[in-house]
Amino acid sequence: MQTNENPTAGTADPIVRFENVTKAFGELVVLRELDFSVAPAEKVTIIGPSGSGKTTILRVLMTLEKPNAGYIYVEGEPLWHKRKNGKLMDADEGHLRKVRGSIGMVFQHFNLFPHMTALRNVYEAPVHVLGMNKEQAIARAEDLLGKVGLADKKEHFPSQLSGGQKQRVAIARALAMRPKVMLFDEVTSALDPELVGEVLSVIRELALEGEMAMLLVTHEMGFAREVSDRVVFFDNGRIVEQGPPEQLFGDPQNPRTKSFLGATLRH
Amino acid sequence: MVARFSVGSERIKNGIFFVIAILIVGTAFGVQMLAEPPELPPFDLLPSLLRGLSTTISLTFWGAILAFVVALITGILRSSQSVVLRSISGIYVEIFRGTSILVQLFWIYFVLPLDPFNISLSAFQAGVLALGLNVGAYGAEVVRGAIQAIPRGQIEASIALNMSRGLMLRRVILPQAIVRILPPFGNLLIELLKATSLASLITLSDVTFQALTLRQTVGRITEIFTLLLFIYFLIAYPLTLGVRWLEKRRQWAT
Repeated sequence: MQTNENPTAGTADPIVRFENVTKAFGELVVLRELDFSVAPAEKVTIIGPSGSGKTTILRVLMTLEKPNAGYIYVEGEPLWHKRKNGKLMDADEGHLRKVRGSIGMVFQHFNLFPHMTALRNVYEAPVHVLGMNKEQAIARAEDLLGKVGLADKKEHFPSQLSGGQKQRVAIARALAMRPKVMLFDEVTSALDPELVGEVLSVIRELALEGEMAMLLVTHEMGFAREVSDRVVFFDNGRIVEQGPPEQLFGDPQNPRTKSFLGATLRH
Repeated sequence: MVARFSVGSERIKNGIFFVIAILIVGTAFGVQMLAEPPELPPFDLLPSLLRGLSTTISLTFWGAILAFVVALITGILRSSQSVVLRSISGIYVEIFRGTSILVQLFWIYFVLPLDPFNISLSAFQAGVLALGLNVGAYGAEVVRGAIQAIPRGQIEASIALNMSRGLMLRRVILPQAIVRILPPFGNLLIELLKATSLASLITLSDVTFQALTLRQTVGRITEIFTLLLFIYFLIAYPLTLGVRWLEKRRQWAT
């Protein structure tokens, strides 16, 4: 239905699909009848000016904000609605938990649990949410911490870690839930410049592994260009332009995209 | 070891043991004074006064346990998403904070046995109930404040990890809130100890009751009530020290 706009539609059933999604905070409309989808394993980067609503796309998908109108489907299942007698009703807590299980998220401010060690931050949810055997969950948490280069920090509390280390623990924590779609919400924005690289290289590796779909909101244009299958330029609640990174960065069509990219590349 | 308890809860446990230990030592000291009282005035009055010590301490102990449970439950309900639960717990808190504890005590002891309630409580039960409900109402506000002080990001991270509300409360919110809750609870415990003196007015023979009796039998008003001040202080001060010790051990929370 939106094949002209969305280069991935049609190649596979989308794992995430937004249909006419609108979200407003009071008078401020941040998503305007958004249609948008992500294919399995696709890496999509959302760029755009601050306050343009790009983070809200991730937040309504993670069920942190409730959309005012429209539908979101995750693996074909409506997220904010429940099918009942052929009708879509508002979803309850149980339904939200069932559907959002395949989504994971990494936050700008890490949001690690300060009263748990790095290791326990990672294995807590697998044990108590997925019901995994504790020994297995710990072994897997250790693997994941190793993968993000923090095997030696597993007994450290978040307060004993640098920003970059905290964010890598947060990535391991989200990975431990084996999401099919991972959301990265400006994950390097709160970091000192010298710590950005270590976090980006972990995400780059995840992108190369390939099987997990990734939806990233970022201001790191070089990184977006490098890891994305598709870049979406978002402004004023709408998708202005989207396409493969070479096209969007190399030959943007819309004047707003051009001026935004011009402004970001200049500084 | 790391798997079972975080550093925080370990410290909290140590703190609780510390407070209990001091209470026990204090009590033992009191018992010792009772067994071999010094003969010199004003200490010759001590055996009579200290006859009320066990009542004062057990009122404090059971009142504190009730207050803690009530505060925790009500504080959680006050932070609930349900308007009904929030309102009910809010009404309870406002009633018990907004009326005199002495009147509450009288009401529970003198009014509850009458129609239409017909609930007769012993003086001790009435005392524990009034103290627990009154201090629990203040404690509920402490719990509510501590829960609301948990950064929004903690809740969002819990949602992103697909935790249920109950799990989030038990594993994420309460363990962090308890660190902010314990120091003010220590202060409330001292308030509760001092409020136990009111129970003498519903015939409970605590230390204040003993003092009032002694005043009528032997006079010596200055000595009696000065000793009484010291007795309360000597029970309260270890509690104050315990609270201060707890406050020092909460750095990781910041």
